[in-house]
Amino acid sequence: MNEPLFRYVLRLGDLSLVLGQRLGEWVGHAPALEEDLGLANVALDLIGQARLLLTYAGEVEGRGRDEDAIAYLREHGEYLNAILAEQPNGDFGQTIVRQVLIDAFQLELYERMSTSTDERLAAIAAKSVKEVRYHLRYSSGWLVRLGDGTEESHARVQSALDNLWPYTVELFAEDELDRLMAEQGVAPRLDEVHAAWSARIERILAEATLNRPKDRPHSWHGKRGQHSEHLGYILAEMQHLQRAYPGARW
Amino acid sequence: MSTPMENSRQWPLFEVFIRARGGLDHKHVGSLHAADARMAIDHARDLYTRRQEGVSIWVVPSKDITASDPTEMDSLFEPARDKIYRHPTFYEIPDEVKTL
Repeated sequence: MNEPLFRYVLRLGDLSLVLGQRLGEWVGHAPALEEDLGLANVALDLIGQARLLLTYAGEVEGRGRDEDAIAYLREHGEYLNAILAEQPNGDFGQTIVRQVLIDAFQLELYERMSTSTDERLAAIAAKSVKEVRYHLRYSSGWLVRLGDGTEESHARVQSALDNLWPYTVELFAEDELDRLMAEQGVAPRLDEVHAAWSARIERILAEATLNRPKDRPHSWHGKRGQHSEHLGYILAEMQHLQRAYPGARW
Repeated sequence: MSTPMENSRQWPLFEVFIRARGGLDHKHVGSLHAADARMAIDHARDLYTRRQEGVSIWVVPSKDITASDPTEMDSLFEPARDKIYRHPTFYEIPDEVKTL
């Protein structure tokens, strides 16, 4: 088995899976019926991406695990998403801030990955980039509306941005696996992705009249399987059905 | 009944028009609430094109639409009823004309 590729694909798939699950929590609770559908649409796109990626991960692993086995039957420490994705929804503004930060990351990543030397990842990236471009349109539209809105909405999204910003550092913290994937042409170099992300976020924040927080050294290692306490609760809800009724169908 | 206070907190209403495919005209499909036109496009995309219903969206603030008054129906539309000669059904069409 190509262990590095397996782990790398899990990183991508788990980011989409966990974020999609988080967004799903809004269904029935969004501030307006239209937003309920909007958030659910984004969540469904993300789950769709996770399905493609985790199916591929299962094939790379070669032990006969399908998307469901990988999504529903792994343990806490086996999830390799950056921990920004598992941060709580908070208020609508906090959800939007988290979404903008990850949408812009996925957009820059997938745009470059559509020419990956790994044909399967190239195809998944080419399909996903169209979805992600819309996700960012939706989330950045809201961030500008809230940031450049009332005094209260501005204060709330600025505070969410200050709280979530430190977690973005992990997205671009290049480790051995990231370097190996870049050398093989499977993935783009993370410093390139970071520069493009940074410029894009800068423009959005300026339009939203928000201040960009300072980067600080990070101590998050979701990409290595060390998570915040939040992931446990997400998995409990997400995995409950499959674990209580193995192989359940509907 | 909603109070005026509640009304002022509601997002304005937009009418949504969708073009099903190139060459066809935009058809009215419904309405939705949105804070601004860009949000209205996003919502229309999510609400009305999720099953590939369209390739183009128009949104128009409902308040900008001037509608005819239903109580004036008689004076507006009745007079056309007995003028059937306005339908182009009294003309002999030459056989050579195929695609009229």
